[in-house]
Amino acid sequence: MRFAGRDLGCVRGDRAIFAGLDFDLPAGGALVLSGPNGSGKSSLLRVLASLLPPAAGQLTWDGQDVAADPEAHRARLHYQGHHEALKPELTAAENLGFWAGLQQPAGGAVHDALNRFGLADLAEQPVRLLSAGQRRRLSLSRILASPAPLWLLDEPSVGLDARSVRTLEAEIEAHRAAGGLVVLATHQPLDLADQQELSVADFPPAPVTADDDPWAGALW
Amino acid sequence: MQETAVDPAAAGDPGPGLLRGFARVVARDLRLALRQRGDALLAVLFFVLTAMLFPFGIGQEPNLLQRIAPGVVWVTALLAVLLSLERLFLRDYEDGSLELMALSPVPLPVIVLAKVTAHWLTTGLPLLAAAPIIALMYGLPAEGYGILLAAMALGTPTLSLIGAVGAALTLGARRGGVLIPLLVLPLYIPVLIFGVSAVDAQMAGLSARPQLLLMGAGLLAAIALAPWAAAGAVRQAVE
Repeated sequence: MRFAGRDLGCVRGDRAIFAGLDFDLPAGGALVLSGPNGSGKSSLLRVLASLLPPAAGQLTWDGQDVAADPEAHRARLHYQGHHEALKPELTAAENLGFWAGLQQPAGGAVHDALNRFGLADLAEQPVRLLSAGQRRRLSLSRILASPAPLWLLDEPSVGLDARSVRTLEAEIEAHRAAGGLVVLATHQPLDLADQQELSVADFPPAPVTADDDPWAGALW
Repeated sequence: MQETAVDPAAAGDPGPGLLRGFARVVARDLRLALRQRGDALLAVLFFVLTAMLFPFGIGQEPNLLQRIAPGVVWVTALLAVLLSLERLFLRDYEDGSLELMALSPVPLPVIVLAKVTAHWLTTGLPLLAAAPIIALMYGLPAEGYGILLAAMALGTPTLSLIGAVGAALTLGARRGGVLIPLLVLPLYIPVLIFGVSAVDAQMAGLSARPQLLLMGAGLLAAIALAPWAAAGAVRQAVE
């Protein structure tokens, strides 16, 4: 397994976020995205998740273009964004069971996943009764409930206590040891063995020059 | 060179997987609707209460009420569906569920169709069940009931399907709930026209078959097109 991007560019609205970004992540690799707020970490993760089509460049999985078979790409990734995607009316186990079942027809290891984030006792509690940190852990345990080789995590440690951050680090390391890949954006350094770092801010888009600007020659 | 690696998630029979994904989304949405009954009840209550208002406004001549009964049932049912459309996608959009659904291996049109099915079961079906009560209040002759229900059974799923496109297109727009009726109402007019004229034809002693066939054709076309259109709009919204 090898996940790579070449010459990636991203445009949101009419603003270019980054351009000419390359990365190459082998099996078991961890890519940590850094950069100040607004530098495009979340946008890059959304591009990698195929939620947002790249404005330029190409993503490949084992040398094959991801855009050629987007459904296969979606089946092999877990994306954890800023939203928790939890329904307050459903119990923790019901929430998790739904996502695991959607990812994997046979259903997933819901109770095992809850256990690993220390939520086993809360399995039958409605999510509206959980604290913010517990909701965050429940949301993260979704990625453990069904297997997928590629994890894309956007600020996974926000709102977690020290113990849960260690659990998260251990789960990421276990996932990598099994050959999985992780791309994560974080401001809080996580203790991961030989991680690759990528500063999104190092790939600024080319400034708009008079030649590129269709309005530059306008007469007003 | 072009050999594809065997992917554990992609392996296996895709057919039952699709069906299972569909069933899971329907079951989840029904369970959510059951846990917050207020939302689903609102549409039916609106339907019954609005229909009850007309006699107060226009007087209680039996002949007049009888004549306008199909129209009142259809117009109020249509407005009740409109009222419920915003909740079809909005909550899932706001809490990030929709973007995870767009990333799931189950194709998005299948998920959209499942959500529309659940919407119809919690909105259209209760309206269908409440329609005879209103017809009774308006003194609709007995021979009209069967056709009214048949027309509603064909028409309300069409309303949910078309509405899903409008609801998906307005995701992310400010005051999207206000935009939905503007987008959707013009497309509801054919359903309204044929739904009312089916009952009128029956009461005039004519066959309602052509109207019902047309409504069936409309439903089939909506099933074939609306989930793809709505899925495209959802993909735009979660970009």
